[in-house]
Amino acid sequence: MPATAPHIKIKGEIMDAIGLNRTLSRLAHEILESNRGVDNLVVVGIRTRGVQLAERLLEKIESFEGRKLPLGSLDVTLYRDDLAYRQQALLSRMKQPRIQATDIPFDLDGKVVILVDDVIYTGRTIRAAMDALMDFGRPAKIRLAVMIDRGHRELPIRPDFVGKEIVTTPGEEIRVQLANVDGVDGVLLVEVTQAQT
Amino acid sequence: MIVSKHLLGLAGVRREEISLILQTAQFFKEVLSRPIPKVPTLRGKTVVNLFFENSTRTRISFELAEKRLSADSVSFSASGSSVAKGETLLDTVRNLEAMKIDMIVIRHHASGAPHFLATMIDAGVINAGDGRHEHPTQALLDMMTLLDKFGTLEGLKVAIIGDVAHSRVARSNIHGLRAMGAKVALCGPATLLPRAPREAFGNDIEIFTNVDDAIRWADALNVLRLQLERQASGLLPSIREYANYFGVTRRRLEAAKRDVVIMHPGPINRGVELESDLADSEFSVILDQVTNGVAVRMAVLYLKSGGDLEVANGAA
Repeated sequence: MPATAPHIKIKGEIMDAIGLNRTLSRLAHEILESNRGVDNLVVVGIRTRGVQLAERLLEKIESFEGRKLPLGSLDVTLYRDDLAYRQQALLSRMKQPRIQATDIPFDLDGKVVILVDDVIYTGRTIRAAMDALMDFGRPAKIRLAVMIDRGHRELPIRPDFVGKEIVTTPGEEIRVQLANVDGVDGVLLVEVTQAQT
Repeated sequence: MIVSKHLLGLAGVRREEISLILQTAQFFKEVLSRPIPKVPTLRGKTVVNLFFENSTRTRISFELAEKRLSADSVSFSASGSSVAKGETLLDTVRNLEAMKIDMIVIRHHASGAPHFLATMIDAGVINAGDGRHEHPTQALLDMMTLLDKFGTLEGLKVAIIGDVAHSRVARSNIHGLRAMGAKVALCGPATLLPRAPREAFGNDIEIFTNVDDAIRWADALNVLRLQLERQASGLLPSIREYANYFGVTRRRLEAAKRDVVIMHPGPINRGVELESDLADSEFSVILDQVTNGVAVRMAVLYLKSGGDLEVANGAA
């Protein structure tokens, strides 16, 4: 079987750095309004970009409310339901699961958890994240904040706070870029194809 | 990197694969510290623990690792099974495989038994100790403990002291440590050292027949259990003489480096290969080894359960 390499074609810019910053400010306000302040609120980002976005949201919330909220980071690899499909994933060159550190250094019992991710797609990552959170404690509520909702849900999961909804096709991907990971802020719509090598 | 679905030994296993297992084990150590130390990763997978030899630590460690990963696990002892009625190893395992199992963890008194099974069945085979050959997960947990303590294995001097010739723990440690760039010394009475260690393991292996020299040289001492039947087989004049000449004692440790660590795969013959007080001292990492054992075995089961995999850029 010939080897393939992913070929990425940028189809459009959905947000630039200013737009991303403005959207984060709005999301922070929506979270505060919905919770009526910061009482009982904790924030958990899903690795990798969910954690970076959560950090930015916390900076904004601190500037609005003058209080620093607890931040945790969550890796959901061990909660994914696709281990049995990994060999097929290898054949189709899908992304392999890679375990990263989980760090939730506070008690979740009775807290309102804002779960943060960059993109929501099938909903399976969020399902895994909720399972993982339940192993750390019993939150009063889990609310979901995402930068982009690109549709194509496979599970009945709906985010509470959405930066932007984008209609995509299954062949397209959304790339949320953040300065401290990717060197630049912005959101791109890309098409990924498997080029023959 | 291609990871085989079997773990039969550490001979020939590349540094990248050992590093991947040890890195993955660190993540599982975090899982073990959670309020609910369990993840659903291997839900739906069935693992059979086949123990043809007595074992406490290794067997419970594997069983816990399987349960922490939510695998369905069954344990089997040779005594009280159809093996006692004369059934062959292959027939036993083929029957188990017909019950749709995914993985076998095997300890067997015959060197090579796991290799034999791996060629005959579809399930993944993990060696939990075969004869005098290898005990790879013990060596991996030893390496993880050394990494926790020293931060690197590159250039670390590890002295393996005792009955090296008959030890599967020693053999796996030698292969694994050398692959990771550590320096290895073997120390013991001539009757308990391998015949041509440099031919077998490499020219850079140090050999000591004086334990004081080994202790002065080493950053870490891996003290092996003296199998007491060696005295009956004429390889040792007496247990007391062995303890006098090769036992690791607090007095002997005065010549060691200040941050030297003492490891032991257990069970310990207190007062023979290791002074009882030292086994519980500030130098001892023996219980850390036991804790790391569960994390390492979780990592091995996780990485091997997906079949032959290409793992992108390591696990971290």
